[in-house]
Amino acid sequence: MENYILEMKNISKKFSHIKALDKVNLKVSKGEIHALCGENGAGKSTLMKILSGVYPHKTYDGDIIINGEIKKFHSVRDSEKAHISIIYQELALVRDITVAENIFLGKLKAKCGIVNWNKIYAESKNILDEMEISINLSKNVKDIGIGQQQLIEIAKALILNSDILILDEPTAALTKNETKILMNILMGLKSKGVTCILITHKLDEVFDISDRISILRDGSIVSSFKTSETNENEIIKHMVGRELTQRYPNSTRICKESKFKVSNFSFVDHNENTLVSDINFEVRSGEIVGISGLMGAGRTELISSIFGFMKGKSKGDIYLDGKKINIKCPKDAINFGIAMLNEDRKQYGLILEQSISNNISISSLSLFSTLGVLNKDKEYKDTVLYSEEIGVKAPSVSAKVSTLSGGNQQKVLLARCLMTKPKVLFLDEPTRGIDVGAKYEIYVLMNKLASEGTSIIMISSELPEIIGMSDRVLVMREGKIVAQFQKDEVDQEKIMTKSAGGE
Amino acid sequence: MNKYFNKQYIKQNAKSYIMILSLFFIGIVFSVLTDGIFISSRNLSNLARQTAVVGVISIAMMFVIIAGHIDLSIGSVLGCCGTIAAVLQVWLGWSTPSTIIAVVLIGVLIGAWQGFWVSYRNVPAFIVTLGGLLIFKGVKLGISKSMSISPMQPSFSIIGQGYLPASVGWIIAFIAIVVIVISTLKSRKSKEKYNIETSSMTIDILKMIMLSFFVFLTTFIFNSYQGIPVPVLILISLGILFYFIANNTTYGRSIYSIGGNLEASTLAGIKTKRIVMYMFMLTGALAAFAGIILTARLDAATSAAGDSMELDAIAACVVGGVSMVGGVGKISGVLIGALIMAALDNGMSLINLENFWQFIVKGLVLIVAVWADMSLNNDKKC
Repeated sequence: MENYILEMKNISKKFSHIKALDKVNLKVSKGEIHALCGENGAGKSTLMKILSGVYPHKTYDGDIIINGEIKKFHSVRDSEKAHISIIYQELALVRDITVAENIFLGKLKAKCGIVNWNKIYAESKNILDEMEISINLSKNVKDIGIGQQQLIEIAKALILNSDILILDEPTAALTKNETKILMNILMGLKSKGVTCILITHKLDEVFDISDRISILRDGSIVSSFKTSETNENEIIKHMVGRELTQRYPNSTRICKESKFKVSNFSFVDHNENTLVSDINFEVRSGEIVGISGLMGAGRTELISSIFGFMKGKSKGDIYLDGKKINIKCPKDAINFGIAMLNEDRKQYGLILEQSISNNISISSLSLFSTLGVLNKDKEYKDTVLYSEEIGVKAPSVSAKVSTLSGGNQQKVLLARCLMTKPKVLFLDEPTRGIDVGAKYEIYVLMNKLASEGTSIIMISSELPEIIGMSDRVLVMREGKIVAQFQKDEVDQEKIMTKSAGGE
Repeated sequence: MNKYFNKQYIKQNAKSYIMILSLFFIGIVFSVLTDGIFISSRNLSNLARQTAVVGVISIAMMFVIIAGHIDLSIGSVLGCCGTIAAVLQVWLGWSTPSTIIAVVLIGVLIGAWQGFWVSYRNVPAFIVTLGGLLIFKGVKLGISKSMSISPMQPSFSIIGQGYLPASVGWIIAFIAIVVIVISTLKSRKSKEKYNIETSSMTIDILKMIMLSFFVFLTTFIFNSYQGIPVPVLILISLGILFYFIANNTTYGRSIYSIGGNLEASTLAGIKTKRIVMYMFMLTGALAAFAGIILTARLDAATSAAGDSMELDAIAACVVGGVSMVGGVGKISGVLIGALIMAALDNGMSLINLENFWQFIVKGLVLIVAVWADMSLNNDKKC
């Protein structure tokens, strides 16, 4: 018999009357890296939250067995005591305190309640050295990049000396380089006998690093493989329950006249930092232009400042249909026919307490109102139309948007963009943290929009996505566009070389 | 039909049921304790009149809190505007209509001043309105020279003290019922036009009957005493108006969105600063209106008028289920909240409970109400 460090037996969990997990059985051997795959809403995060004590004992059915012993976790503390730690998909950092304090959050080294800061800084430094990364410990978390924040989450888990480390989508926000660092860290932990459970949508990572893969679908484990004995297509087939012949849909379209042009654009923020400079590019109607680059290369800053959302000073000219336009705030941009899908749905997109319908229509209220009075029936009807067209899966558009899975929330935000009938569409990481099936649907939609003449600018950190979807790829580095490739001449290496500053 | 009996629906609306039930509970307790004096039409009429002033500013406060702000100055602005009304009437001899118009305009200006600092100078509303609390209290005392100013002209006092003759009350009730029927039918027609599933006719008829009965009963109670009090009519009208604004206008939708997620709202193309500015102006107008009602009811402007009423308004909102984080709240809840607080005041006075007890009881109710609300809505354990 194999030596299982962790067994989860017949785990079931209901949210009000919706079954999230149905008799899930999961076995994890000691010292392995166990990948947990599945579409959004398949129940991966729920399962891990049960393991980490977020959902306490008695709110679910079934048993958690660690080293042969049934455990009942009543809180996160209990599971930490059993040497289990979890790194969440959503960052759980306090933005306004320092990196070092975040690493030791809740576990501050103190004597009689007096904090020993020297010790904290010294130990934080040790951890980061061990991880072979350097981050300024005395900076506030809000002042460092999202990729580095993710690494700090991992450092937080490392100081606990856990036996079982759960990582929920750790690389969603990381660049290729940062991902590599993370993978090395995980391999290092493995050699020290730490067991890792890795939830991710990125299959190449799964195959690079994992020993075993379990697949969840619709709240139950459908299959479990040794990584060496399976392949990507088989995994995808089990995840979606159908065969996906290709990851990027084919499309033939003709890019026509120049639609949107930016010339000599630069942007300086309040603290006099130049975020982007010397920006010149144009997008034709029906064209998808991908913007690639490392985290912090200024991609999001570029489109947010064009969209009028960033505080600071911009210079340069923006042309739409050959006419110079002046965008002072997002409303101006929307009125000109530009729409933006933001990279961070929770912070910059969704109004969580409101219905799907209200979330879709919020940018287009003028379509449904006369003198400020809404025609709610027309609004309802049109939002139903859009959400059906885009394929939002929900019981009704009156449901709160917070009840949807990540992929469906993203579709709601896309519907919001489309309702404004944009000529130019900015998409910032449109498929971040959503599952393969929903990704494909979004790609199909992008192609459809482009073939109808919409100009699309897409930022993405996933190179296959950039290459698979774009007609043309721009590479950004340190706030400048450093290279441009046509679809037929681009490959991953060229992009990476340019992003990293090579020739 | 099923919709109204399934678990989810009941859970979602548990808040409203509990609020209405607690109001009834309070009513029954006080009725027993006072041998029925509490539910006499005379006392209910009084209770309604006492609710009017706080009710009006609670409506304003609701919008402010939903947008994610707070207004600590609303009591001072109310007192200040009430005093200005008295000065215009008593010392300067202005007519009632011009007094009302002038005072409401002053309220709007005060709101614009505060909105400017919050929206365009990014000073937190808590600070701006804390400053406002002191400033307008000072202005009030300065204008009145800390004296009581009275008496007001009779046409003015009616706003706070008047009753509608029974016949007029019945006519208004009749009109209200006709409006209820017509609007229900119109809404069904519009839903049919857009091919949206309508609730069954039986349900709609039941709803209409219940609403009409409620209108009938209220009118009957008021008419058994001296008729519908004018300030109550004003409160109800404002309640309906702002219910409409909250639910059926782009402005209302914008307020909810701003409170729900400010950055997302800006990105979605809402002129957030302008909306917040308008909101404070509207708040100022409502505070001025409440000030007019208060001065009219007392037939005088007193130096303590409006003091700490902002806290009553906040309490009414909180008891009425408005989320202090912003983004969530209903007019109906707030009005019931205001009524609950007023009922506690009124009932405790009737049983001659000493003044200090009233503070303690109201404080406890506030805490329990928020606790109940949170434990109903949150599965999270922290």
